[in-house]
This record gives sequence, C-alpha cells and structure tokens, in this order.
Amino acid sequence: MDDLRDRLLVRVVAITRMRVHFEISALRATKWYEYALRFLFGGTITVVTGVLASHYGPVFGGLFLAFPAIFPASATLVEKHEREKKQRAGIVKTIRGREAAALDARGAAIGSVGLIGFAFTAWRLVPIWNGALALSAALVVWMTLSILIWLLRRHAFVRKGRAGAAPQLPPKG
Amino acid sequence: MQLLIRFIVGGAVVSLFAAFGDAVKPKSFAGLFSAAPSVAMATLGLTIMTEGKLFVATESRSMVLGGIALFLYAMAAIHLMMKYQVDAARAAILALTAWMICAIGSWYVLLR
Repeated sequence: MDDLRDRLLVRVVAITRMRVHFEISALRATKWYEYALRFLFGGTITVVTGVLASHYGPVFGGLFLAFPAIFPASATLVEKHEREKKQRAGIVKTIRGREAAALDARGAAIGSVGLIGFAFTAWRLVPIWNGALALSAALVVWMTLSILIWLLRRHAFVRKGRAGAAPQLPPKG
Repeated sequence: MQLLIRFIVGGAVVSLFAAFGDAVKPKSFAGLFSAAPSVAMATLGLTIMTEGKLFVATESRSMVLGGIALFLYAMAAIHLMMKYQVDAARAAILALTAWMICAIGSWYVLLR
C-alpha cells in the first residue's frame, strides 16, 4: 500500500509542476469512432435517466443524473493513448497508461465533490429562481468547487514534495 | 420524439465535456471533466419544460446521493487500477458495482 501511495505521489508531484493548459492537438488523437461511442453512451444514459424518472419517479431517477457517463470512456482512452505513445517510443511493457487513467480517476473524485455542490445548488435554487439561471449557477458552483479542491490538493502535494516526503522522480521516459 | 431529442442533446453534451477533458492538461485536472454534470445539464433543462421545477428539484436532491456514489466509484476505480493492477476499462466497469450499491443503497435507506 505504501508503494502504491509513493508511486501515485511521484506522478502527482510531477504533474503539479505542469501548468493548466489546452492542447488542441490532443483532440486529433481521439478517433471518430471513439467520439461516436461517447455520443452513443451519453445519449443512451440521458434517455435511460429520463425513462427511469418518468417510470419510477424523480426520487429514483435523480440518482442517475450522477451516473459515471464520461469516465469509463475517457479513462480507457487515456490509458490506450498513453500506452500507444510509449509503444511508439519502443517501450512495449508499461504501466504508464494505467497510472494516467488512475490520475484521471483522481480528478474525477475531486470533480464528484463539485458535482455534489452542483446537485445541492440546483435542489435549493431551481424552485425559487428562473430555471436557466439556477442551472447556470449550479454549473458555476461545480466548476469553482472542483478547481478550488484541485488547487488545494496541488498545493498540499507541492508542500509535501518540498518537505522531502516525496520520493525522487524517476528519469524521463 | 422527446426521447430522440434527449438522446441527441445528451450525446452532444457528454461528448462536449469529454472533448474538453481530452484537450485540458495535466491529466488530474482533465479528470475533473470526467465528473462533469453532463447528463444533468442535458436532462434538467428539458425536464423543467416538461415536468416543472419541483420535479427537477426532487431529482437534484437525489443527485446529491448519486454524487456521493460517484466519489466512491472514482476511489474504487483508483484502487482497482493501482492496487490490483486492473486495466482502466475493466476497472471502470467493475467500479460501477460500487456506484450501484452506494446510489441504490442510499436511496433505499434515506429516500424510499
């Protein structure tokens, strides 16, 4: 378990050195059928949620508004792309893909706290505000809460790394 | 017809958030978009128009429990990938058990 924590810590410390930025070229790495699969999955989950809510009521149907609709496809793609990148560099056996997917999951865990904020805000504001405005406010809460927690964790990891708690980073590649 | 609209809007919103997550770096930050309220954004607007605000407020209250289940889902996926060395696709599917147990269990205990 300590080894597991150390390995993730090394990756997180490495990542905390990166600035948040867009890489438009990353969009080209995703193939058309991967986009189609996500569309299909997202559409299906949305329809299923609606059907469940109309058949079993909003109390049960509402649970599925937080169904992991994006994570399964994105984690699989992250792992696949990372593995392919390593294979192109001549590294056949690598755990880098799985580690990258685990980092994606770590982000999803933080985002889910933001999602709870989204749901709470929508629950309290939708009955008393204009619908579009209440949902926009809920979206802002999700974004703000998620980014704040992500920044706080990054700050904590940087401090931990500086204090020498993090093991040495492995050589590049 | 309404189901078709839901399907198209849902597919588009989920794809949009997912593409955003693809383009953002570093990966832990991009992961935030894996828990984006994509299904909720696609569904709730349409539901306000068809079922009314109280219906949506009730759905959102249940979504709080779904969100807690999503947190446990992500933690379970991390554990499966890093401790048990399960690949991402299998971990994402296996962890759905954690989501189901937590979401449906909390509905059964607290909201039913």
